Amino acid sequence: MPLGLLRFAMSKKHPEPRMFREPDALKAAYDVVIIGAGGHGLACAYYLARDYGITNVAVLEQGYIGGGNTGRNTTIVRSNYLTPEGVRFYDESVRLYKDLSEDFDLNLFYSERGHFTFAHTDSALSTMRWRAEVNKHMGIESEVVDRDTIQQACPELDLDCGGHLPVMGALYHAPGAVARHDAVAWGYGRGADQRGVEIHQKTRVTDIRVEGGKVVGVETDKGFVRTGKVVSAVAGFTPRITEMVGLRTPITIQPLQACVTEPLKPWLDTILVSATLHVYVSQSSRGELVMGSALDPYELHSTRSTLDFTESLSGHLLDMFPFLSEIKVNRQWAGMADMTPDFAPVMGRTPIDGFYLDSGWGTWGFKATPVCGKTMSYTVANDREHELIEPFGLSRFENYRLVGEKGAASVGH
Amino acid sequence: MKIINCPVNGARPLQEFAYGGPFRDMPDPATASDAEWGDYVFNRDGAPGVKREWWYHLASGVWFVAERDTLRDRFLKTYLYDAGDQAND
Repeated sequence: MPLGLLRFAMSKKHPEPRMFREPDALKAAYDVVIIGAGGHGLACAYYLARDYGITNVAVLEQGYIGGGNTGRNTTIVRSNYLTPEGVRFYDESVRLYKDLSEDFDLNLFYSERGHFTFAHTDSALSTMRWRAEVNKHMGIESEVVDRDTIQQACPELDLDCGGHLPVMGALYHAPGAVARHDAVAWGYGRGADQRGVEIHQKTRVTDIRVEGGKVVGVETDKGFVRTGKVVSAVAGFTPRITEMVGLRTPITIQPLQACVTEPLKPWLDTILVSATLHVYVSQSSRGELVMGSALDPYELHSTRSTLDFTESLSGHLLDMFPFLSEIKVNRQWAGMADMTPDFAPVMGRTPIDGFYLDSGWGTWGFKATPVCGKTMSYTVANDREHELIEPFGLSRFENYRLVGEKGAASVGH
Repeated sequence: MKIINCPVNGARPLQEFAYGGPFRDMPDPATASDAEWGDYVFNRDGAPGVKREWWYHLASGVWFVAERDTLRDRFLKTYLYDAGDQAND
């Protein structure tokens, strides 16, 4: 391979095929228009083309591929959720993730690390036991472990967290993994592109035309396209899209911030989470500590970063690892999380014929990317919800049948 | 540091405040249908814009109303609640 790199130096033209074609102009009509070329939208396009032979599909993206929450999360994949609906759904996603690198012929750096969620209080520990029992019942590797087991897995950790919030135990989930998040979008994008799907970057949807309760097309800044089916997979932009079709939803937007430190030699091979300290941390394959915290405390449609966030996160991280006090923060950023009242997504058909939602992905969307693609493509192709997403319909709020997913990230218990 | 103008205490840092949710009118629970009540309990105007919201000054216990641009995070106006105010939702 290193010799092969010489071709790049010798040739004036790029000697390898590009990952994606750049289609010139929008066609007049498509069978399906997907709004948002993040992991979810591209996965949906990929499975529509691969599994259902629907290739007359346009994916419209106002920015660039994977530039939204797909490239802004902390890349954790796990399935140890609290509700049976959630566990079943996320476990299918973990199963799909495991084969994805081979599926794409693209290295996603999918790396199983083991995932510890700390309990600092009796009540947190009892929620962990509840989660572990639900998980085991559903066939997921998940158990409550004691302090010694945690210390063995991570000798550098101060289990007493400076003395003020001692770790009492943890929920341990062996299949918990990290993956290279933008490669997931690229892999799905390339696979969809090779099968004939058009990905239009820098193309913004400005309106959705609905006639007689049915979608007839989308208005974009590059002109109007006819289509009977529109999938919205736009995470933090969901309320702007649903407003176009006059749909009311419970989704509100709050920023979720994250940061990485400068690269360090490998020392942390597990993923550690403390909801009480508002920290989740893992070490990337580049050596950076990838860290996130809680949601910003109020609604905001912005990806600005704050000093408050790095200050409080660093403080809590130092409670766990005092020896990191000299380590610098390299980058910080934010994503716009589309939060729902029950911490579960909003997916499937809507009262508007031909308008499908893949939304409400708040702080838990990356890990669900493959299963969302699978289930949304099924839903669009058959105009009927896939059984895995039946509990997540928008109508659950009318019918008072919420999911109550307290196993979600960045959520206190 | 972000500064909010509390109608009682003047300019104070954001850390002293808590967000209390959008300013909304409650339908009469005795007469509202299940659908109307569900809409009130769960649904929100999620799109960005200038919104009227409840904010709370933690240190002094003052609840007040703020008009805030949720796209740019600018507080345009803050004032104490007056029962005659109209909700924006």
